Amino acid sequence: MDGQKITKVVLLACGSFNPVTNMHLRMFELARDHLEDTGLYSVVKGIISPVGDAYKKKGLIEARHRLEMARLSTENSDWISVDSWESLQPEWVETAKVVRHHYDQLQAEEQAKDDVDTVKYAKKRRVKKNCFEESAQRTRKDDPQLMLLCGADVLESFGVPNLWKQDDIAAIVGRYGLVCITRSGSNPHKFIHESDMLWKYRNNIHVVHEWVTNEISATHVRQSLRRGRSVRYLLPDAVVGYIREQRLYTAESEQKNADVILAPLQRYSGASSR
Amino acid sequence: MATRCVPLVLLACGSFNPITNQHMRLFELARDHMNSTGQYQVVGGVVSPVSDGYGKPGLVLAEHRIAMAKLALRTSNWVTVDDWESQQPDWTETVVTMRYHHGRILKEFMQITATHNDVSSGNDVPLSASPPELKLLCGADFLESFKIPGLWREDHVEEVAGRFGLVCVSRGGLEPERAVHASDTLSAHRQNIFHVREWVSNETSATEVRRALRRDLSVKYLIPDSVIKYIHQHNLYTRDSESVNEGAMLRPLAKQAVKSLDD
Repeated sequence: MDGQKITKVVLLACGSFNPVTNMHLRMFELARDHLEDTGLYSVVKGIISPVGDAYKKKGLIEARHRLEMARLSTENSDWISVDSWESLQPEWVETAKVVRHHYDQLQAEEQAKDDVDTVKYAKKRRVKKNCFEESAQRTRKDDPQLMLLCGADVLESFGVPNLWKQDDIAAIVGRYGLVCITRSGSNPHKFIHESDMLWKYRNNIHVVHEWVTNEISATHVRQSLRRGRSVRYLLPDAVVGYIREQRLYTAESEQKNADVILAPLQRYSGASSR
Repeated sequence: MATRCVPLVLLACGSFNPITNQHMRLFELARDHMNSTGQYQVVGGVVSPVSDGYGKPGLVLAEHRIAMAKLALRTSNWVTVDDWESQQPDWTETVVTMRYHHGRILKEFMQITATHNDVSSGNDVPLSASPPELKLLCGADFLESFKIPGLWREDHVEEVAGRFGLVCVSRGGLEPERAVHASDTLSAHRQNIFHVREWVSNETSATEVRRALRRDLSVKYLIPDSVIKYIHQHNLYTRDSESVNEGAMLRPLAKQAVKSLDD
């Protein structure tokens, strides 16, 4: 009957979003175009998940601001939204756990939909109901697939000692999937080739070429703001306005966590917290 | 007596086919830079889309390019769109457009000065601000265009660089300085050519935007939403629109060729 089975996809982007920029938003658009172009996928949702303050990255301002800016930036999007779960956790949460959380969430939503259907049709189709109960234990074929969306720099960070647990990398590329947007100066194909684990799961890693060099790094944006320079048209207007109103991104804010060790490094290398 | 800043207006000429976030970034970067020299106070910016007579491949009608630029700049409080150049019957040399706008802003300045003098006791006390200057805002590729044979008249290059001046925004490389160095005329006026660096690589070229549109790919966050909406409403930037002017000679080259035939 149908030749090609189309898999529904939800894209999840984790990161500092300090602040969110047009480039972050572009990544979603590029990933969606790329996946749908294959004819195998239909991207149904995009989620921005800002990291919690406990990540302790230098210059990371409060999560409530980063959340609000991300929310403002997605006001004009009908498929991308912001999720605050990760940022509300008291401790830093490994990316693999965040992916797992959102995957479980999606499953629960699909299950809830099915339950409604089940109740509706139970009287007419007793046999069908039993089938549903059974398959609730397994992943249903038409559940959306959750993929982590990231830049090539994140892919390459897999190689930084003590930043990622090997099991976590395996889970992300093995069980879920990765959509990686290239940047000039990075060669994701080479990086995948040089890692046995990534190579093994290369079919789960979708490399998207960004032909328009669009490297609006949040670091540069913060620097421009510190120097009183305009960042208009690098970020959505609503975000520029918010930053101005709240007087975010000063020399002081950039020094936050300057003498603190990044949470994952602290956790995996067993370094003392103080 | 404190030195006054020279009021400055930045003029960007180009296809704006369509206008992109990058075009608008040029203005922001240039304003920040020129203000920080301490010599200038940027008081205005003008986007002047080229007329249809330019004959560039893929150029959509001026009325659309003007409409899109207006939509994009609706929320800007200092950059405006001007349709004088696009309304001229034939393609207009950049220097002619510059003379027009310079004349216009000078006239406005004189009128303000005259009003000021009338209001005061009647003696000719000149306004302390100096008359405004007009400079051409451009990217590095524009500077490269000066060396294309037949594209620019020597006396025009002299006037653009000497009488008016250029503000050239580029990424980190040395190409713009090299382009100036490679031209005797530009070199002679290098004090009047300001180089602005955008260290963030943001080359949202209109060519790429048109390409993406033809292929039904997203251009969201590269150009304003209002412009995307307009493009879809008017069905612009299709395979057909890109072949407009295909094989035709660019108007400035045709004009120069005719002139040399007349000699």
